[in-house]
Amino acid sequence: MLSLKSFTATQRRQIGLLTVLLVIAIFEFASFGLNNSHNDPTTFGFTLGNEWVLIHKWVIGSQNGAYLFSLLAVIGAVGGLFLIRGKKSPAAGTAIAGVALMMGFLCWAAAGKFIPLTGMLQGSLLLAVPLVFGSMSGLLCERSGVINIAIEGQLLAGAFASGVVASLTHKTTWGLLVAPLAGALISLLLATFAIKFSVDQVILGFVLNVLVIGLTDFLYKKLLIPYQSTWNSGPSFSHIEIPLLGKLPILGPIFFNQTIIVYLMYLIVSLITYSLFKTKWGLRTRSVGEHPTAADSVGIDVNKLRFRNVLIAGLVSGLGGAYFTIGSVGSFGKEMTAGAGFIALAALIFGKWTPMGAVSAALLFGFADNLQGTLSIIGVSIPSEFMLMIPYVATIIAVSGLVGRVRAPKADGIHYSRGGSH
Amino acid sequence: MSLELKGITKSFGSLVANDSIDLLVNDGEILAILGENGAGKSTLMNIVYGLLKPDSGEIRVNGEVITINEPSDALAAGIGMVHQHFMLIPVFTVLENIVLGHEATSKFGKLDLTKAREKLLALAADFGFHIDPDALIENLPVGVQQRVEILKALMYDAKILILDEPTAVLTPQETDELLEVVKRLRSQGTSIIFISHKLREVKALADRISVIRRGKVVGSAEPSASQEELASLMVGREVNLAPDKTAHEIKEVILKVDGLTVSDPSGRGLVKDVSFEVRGGEVLAIAGVQGNGQSELAQAIINLEDHVHGSISLGGKEIKGLSVHQSLHEGIAFIPESREDDGLIATFSIADNLILDTHREKPFAKGISLSPRAVVADAELKAKEFDIRAQSVKDPASSLSGGNKQKVVLARELSRPVQLLVASQPTRGLDVGSIEFVHERILAERDAGRAVLLFSTELDEVLALADRIAVMYAGKILAIVDSNVSREKLGLLMAGVAE
Repeated sequence: MLSLKSFTATQRRQIGLLTVLLVIAIFEFASFGLNNSHNDPTTFGFTLGNEWVLIHKWVIGSQNGAYLFSLLAVIGAVGGLFLIRGKKSPAAGTAIAGVALMMGFLCWAAAGKFIPLTGMLQGSLLLAVPLVFGSMSGLLCERSGVINIAIEGQLLAGAFASGVVASLTHKTTWGLLVAPLAGALISLLLATFAIKFSVDQVILGFVLNVLVIGLTDFLYKKLLIPYQSTWNSGPSFSHIEIPLLGKLPILGPIFFNQTIIVYLMYLIVSLITYSLFKTKWGLRTRSVGEHPTAADSVGIDVNKLRFRNVLIAGLVSGLGGAYFTIGSVGSFGKEMTAGAGFIALAALIFGKWTPMGAVSAALLFGFADNLQGTLSIIGVSIPSEFMLMIPYVATIIAVSGLVGRVRAPKADGIHYSRGGSH
Repeated sequence: MSLELKGITKSFGSLVANDSIDLLVNDGEILAILGENGAGKSTLMNIVYGLLKPDSGEIRVNGEVITINEPSDALAAGIGMVHQHFMLIPVFTVLENIVLGHEATSKFGKLDLTKAREKLLALAADFGFHIDPDALIENLPVGVQQRVEILKALMYDAKILILDEPTAVLTPQETDELLEVVKRLRSQGTSIIFISHKLREVKALADRISVIRRGKVVGSAEPSASQEELASLMVGREVNLAPDKTAHEIKEVILKVDGLTVSDPSGRGLVKDVSFEVRGGEVLAIAGVQGNGQSELAQAIINLEDHVHGSISLGGKEIKGLSVHQSLHEGIAFIPESREDDGLIATFSIADNLILDTHREKPFAKGISLSPRAVVADAELKAKEFDIRAQSVKDPASSLSGGNKQKVVLARELSRPVQLLVASQPTRGLDVGSIEFVHERILAERDAGRAVLLFSTELDEVLALADRIAVMYAGKILAIVDSNVSREKLGLLMAGVAE
C-alpha cells in the first residue's frame, strides 16, 4: 500500500478529485441504476442540419444508460488512479470519468425525453463566447501587470455601441467596427488612471463598471426605449457555414457553422496564444508582469508597454461585447452582459492566466450554463433552484480538483515607478 | 574604457543622497566603493545606470561627456550592472532572461534564440561556467543566478561592469569564486566598480578604494590599508571591530530543541529534524546562507509557525503549541529578522511600539483602556537606557534610523523577564556604530547568564559573538562546532559540505 505522503501536493489533490468522482459514480450506479424501477428510453440527437450523418439519434433505456455510464466512470476514475501511481498525468482518466458521469446523469434526468446533444454543445460554445473574449482581455492586462476588473464595463460598452451603430446604419459591419473602439475607450480611462496616476486598479475597475452601467442605463431609458425603431432595432449576423468543415458530423454545427464573431474569436485566441509565448512582444509583456524593475533595467519602457496592452485588451473585450447585440439578438437590453465580465475574470484565474486554460474554463462555464437551460426546457423533474446551481457546482469542482494553487503574475496590480532607493 | 563622474548631486526631498561626487575608474581597473548602508552608493550607481536622474553633474566615458537618461543609454555606452537584487525574472529560463530587451526575431515576429544560445554557451565556456540555458531561474542557486547576471552584462559587450553588493547573498566559497571571476574580467580589460561594505573583500580585490560617507566621497585608500583604517574612514570615527568577549560561566540547559520539523502548507520540509541545546551564559549561533530554514526555525521557537513537529522545551517545560503570547511570557525575547515588517509597526509611535507585548498589563492597561501617560513615561525611561535617539517618543517609529529602530525592538524585548534571547539577523543593514551597540547588548545578555540563540548569515558576526556554532543547510543542522573553527571549514559547511 502506497502511503499518501509519497505523493506531491498536486498528485494528492488529483487523487482526491478522482476519489470524489469514483464515489459519485458509485452513487449514480446505485441510485440511477439499481434503484430505478423504470427503464424509459432516453433519446440523444446528433444532427442539427445538413451535415453528413453518422448516427441520427441514439436511444438507450435510462436504467441501462445509467449502468453503462456509471461503470465507464468507475473505469475512468480507477484508471486515473493507476496513472497517478505510475507517475503519469491522470487527465485522460479524469476526462473519461467526468464525461461519463455527465452522460449517466443525462440518461436518468431525461428519461423518456429527447436531448439534442449537438445543439446543446453548440449553445455551450455560444454562451462561452463573451467569456472567452473577456478572459482574453483580462489576460492581456494582467500578464503585463494591470488588473482589469472593468471587463464587464468593456463588454457592456461594446454591446451598446455596436447595437446602436448597427441600428442607425442598418449595417452589422459598422457595429462590428465600433464595438472594439468602445471597449478601448474604457481601457483608455483604465490605463490613464491606473498607469499615469497610479490609482488603485481594483477600485478603478469597479468604478468604471458602475460608470458604464449607469451611462448605458440612462441612454437606454432616454433614447433606446423612446426611439426604439431607429436606435435599437439593429440587424444581427447570420451564421456562415464553412465549406466542408461545416458538414462534419457533430463538430461541424458546433464549431464551423457560426457567426463571424465566433470565427474572430478563434483567430484572436490563436493569435494571443502564439504571441504571448513565441514573440518578442510576448516575452516583454510577461517580463513586465512579473518583474518590471528587471524589464526596465534592460531598457524596456514598462509603462508604455502596459498602456498599449491595456488598450489592446479593450479592443478585444469591446469586440466580445458585440456578441450580445449584433452577434445574437440585434437589440440592446439593459445590463445585458449580466456579470459575464466577472465570470470571464474567474475563467482567467481558473485557467491559471494562460490562454488555453482560460478558454477551457470559459467553455466549461458555458456548458454548465447551457445544461441548466436545456434541462429546464425539456422539463426535467429537478427543482429549478438545483438546476441553477449546476454552473457554480461545476466551478467549485473544477477549481478545487483540477486547478489547485494558482499563481498570478507577480507584479499584477502593482503600479510601477522607478524607486528612489538610496 | 574609463568612466569618470564629476560633481554628481542627487537629493530626495531634504535628504542629499549624493553630494557632488567625483569618481574615476581607469581602463582595466577595479575600483572599490566602500560605504555603509545608506551612504549613497546604490543611488550613485543607479544614476550611472540610468535608473535615476542626477540633479547635477556629468558622466564621462573615455573622456567624452555622455547623457544617460535610460538604462538603454547606459547599455549602449558599454556600462553593465549586476544589481544587488537580481534583475532576473524567476519564471523565465536563463536564455529568456539573457535575450530580454535585445530580442532577435525571425518571420512573423517569432523569437529567434539560436544565436543568443550559441553566444551564451561560448561565453559561459570561456569562463568555465556550467549553465543550462533552458533552466528556470527560480530553480537555480543564487550563486548561479548571479553568474547569469554577469553573463547578461557581458553578452551585450559591457566594458564597464558595476557590481552592487555582489557578495551579500553568497556563501564564502561562492564569494571566493566570484572574486576570481572579477579578477579574470579585469585581466580581459573590463573596468569594474565593486560596491561593498565588506572590508575583507574590498582589500582582496581592489586596485583603488574610494570611501563614501553620507553622500560624499570622504577619501580614498590603498588596498594595503588595514581593516581598522578602512572602517574608521567609512564610519568617521575609531571603530572597535571585535567586541570584547570575556570568559564566562556556562550554566544549565535553558532551551532544548528535539527533532523539530517545520513544513510549508503543501508539506514541503523547511526545517528537517533539528535538535540542539542552548545553555545559560552561552551564545549559540546558527550560521548559514539565507533561506536554509533559519527564519522558520526562529519563528517556530516562539510558536509563530504552523505545521511544526517535534519538541521545544524552555527551562525544562514543553512550550511547543503555546500561543505566541504565552511563549514570550515563558521568558523568550525575540528579535525578528525584518524589523520594518515584523519588529515594529511603522505608523505607531515609538512609545506604543515599546508596549506591543505588555499593553494588557499594568500600569499600561487600566480596565479596558490604556493609560497613555504610563506608556510615555515608560518609553522615556527605556529610550534613555537603550540610547534611542528620537525627538520625542511620541514620534512614529518610521521616523527613526535603522539602528534606532533596532534599539526600540531590543528595548521592548529585553524589558520582560527573559531566559532566552532569540535574535534573527540582528544587525542586518545597520551602520557600524549600531552594530557595536547590538553586539554589546547581546554579549551583556550572555554574561548575565541568559541563553542566546543568534541567527546570522554574516560570518564575521558569528565568529565574533558565538560560543558554539551550528551550521544550517537545506533545513538541517549539518554540524555544531566550537567558535575557534576556521573560516574555511565554516564556509564549506555553509555550502553544504560536511565531512
